[in-house]
Amino acid sequence: MSKPTNPVVRSPYIGSRTVVHLFFILVCFICIYPFLVVLGTSLQNESDILKSGYAIFPKQIDLTAYKVLLHNPGVLLNAYLVNIYTTALGAAAGLFITTGFAFAISRKDYAYRKQLSLYVFFTMLFQGGMVPSYILMVSWLDLKDNVLALILPFLITGWHVLLMKGFLQSLPEALFESAKIDGANEFIIFTKIVLPLTKPALATLGLFLVLQYWNDWWLTLLYIENENLMKLQYLLIRVLRNMEFLNSAEAVQYGLVKPGQQVPSLSARMAMCILAAGPMLVVFPFFQKYFVQGLTVGSVKG
Amino acid sequence: MKTFRKSYGLTLLALPGILLLFLMDYVPLYGLLLPFKDYKYNLGIWNSPWVGFDNFRFLFNGDILRRVLRNTLLYNLVFIALGTAVSVFFALLLREVGRKAVKAYQTVLFIPYFISWVVAGFAFQALLNMDYGILNKGLEAFGMEPVMWYNDPKYWPFILIVVAIWKGLGYGAVIYYAAIIGVDAEYYEAARMDGATKLRQAVSITIPMIMPIITMMVILQIGKIFYSDFGLFYNVTMNSTLLYPTTDVIDTFVYRSLVDLGDIGMAGAAGFFQSVVGFTLVILTNYVVRKINADNSLF
Repeated sequence: MSKPTNPVVRSPYIGSRTVVHLFFILVCFICIYPFLVVLGTSLQNESDILKSGYAIFPKQIDLTAYKVLLHNPGVLLNAYLVNIYTTALGAAAGLFITTGFAFAISRKDYAYRKQLSLYVFFTMLFQGGMVPSYILMVSWLDLKDNVLALILPFLITGWHVLLMKGFLQSLPEALFESAKIDGANEFIIFTKIVLPLTKPALATLGLFLVLQYWNDWWLTLLYIENENLMKLQYLLIRVLRNMEFLNSAEAVQYGLVKPGQQVPSLSARMAMCILAAGPMLVVFPFFQKYFVQGLTVGSVKG
Repeated sequence: MKTFRKSYGLTLLALPGILLLFLMDYVPLYGLLLPFKDYKYNLGIWNSPWVGFDNFRFLFNGDILRRVLRNTLLYNLVFIALGTAVSVFFALLLREVGRKAVKAYQTVLFIPYFISWVVAGFAFQALLNMDYGILNKGLEAFGMEPVMWYNDPKYWPFILIVVAIWKGLGYGAVIYYAAIIGVDAEYYEAARMDGATKLRQAVSITIPMIMPIITMMVILQIGKIFYSDFGLFYNVTMNSTLLYPTTDVIDTFVYRSLVDLGDIGMAGAAGFFQSVVGFTLVILTNYVVRKINADNSLF
């Protein structure tokens, strides 16, 4: 973090800093308010919701919703599993592929630097769109109901490459020169020198990828019909759309609830939302520092 | 050949990326032929019969195109203008608070950005649900009639704009804040010597200094002016058919044509329109920006 460029000078407007702080606190509250309602509702007693609606502060804390969902967690666990392995695989492979590409075009002595930069930049400006991509995945690659359909599309994107390139450009050229003199090839330079030196950048891009994969529902919506490959967020869409989902035959069929079991559906829906979104909220503050750094470097033109 | 041998190592590192980009981004460009074809799955794109501009004629003759075009364009114009203004405003304000506070505020402002549109859909459901939502319970408490939010399109331009800004605020503010802290402190010292107020400094120093970044972000957004954030228009509205007059955009329309109706020709024509017109717009905007001030152009 760079030091503040603006040493604190007492503003001539009395209290103006306090006003700014109050303003920010208000906006921060607005930012998280909707989530607080979801959390509050998930902890509410079903009859309280029916009587007085959703609320941040439950009249009494009631964990029935969570108990019901976790009592028979088959589908939920399976979705978690799909989320975990697509995210892990996608983020790891995506990091390597993106960084490798970005490293090549960040090197001033690389012969195809210009051509490959244009090659990636063009993809940011011009795309085939949803339909051709759909046909590619479904008809040409035959990836419907294939786990690769949940991984391939996000592995490399122009914006990520440019972000990474911005970072790698700041590494001193002399480092590679001396390594080469010592007989290292590019692959060794990349894995032994570049990757360890770019941890903040890797953390940033890693978080981008993790978020993208974890939060994805779009790829499931398009390419997945097999229940065993459905991701958490997609499961949530169904729950959200269908008020009665948790009490429907479909939910029984999915094994979310046992036949004949009555589910407190209002609070359970919100509880499910918390269970799905929770991990990201826990993970993200740890990365946030890097994330801001990454955006800072990446937003420099070039 | 000699150059090739010399750059062999780096090319090898870039190779997976080259191939993937080719497969996922360049191969689909072939699909831009789609709208000129009567696509049959078994024949493939190339062997399907040509139909000239029929798909476009079909698309342009329906009233849906007019509706989705209007919605897409208007929403995007508001998002670009208001979104940029709000982000820059917050970035300017962030400069006025201490480092610790900046970090704390950034973290919280970022939360909506980190959460998927599905979860955002839940969150706004909690506010807007007709029977149990906070808003209607509030209205009831004041003795007013509850509002059927998910049935009435007239509220949605407002709701969607608020939601979009709510979600993108953290990201935008950080991008611009990063640019702002990069501005040389000497300018501000000189300005203070001359007795410039905070507002004056913002208008005369900060905003001009971060103009290249602002323009770059705006140009990129203009290229996407015929695209929409599908998640916003699909999840937050719960894809409610009743709301289509004000919430249907090109992307939701293309998705429906493709997946629900299986009308590849129509979906392809709309997609073609997005790609080609969007690209033309970026080139044009960039050209105009370069004419005015070459430093601000994207390429």
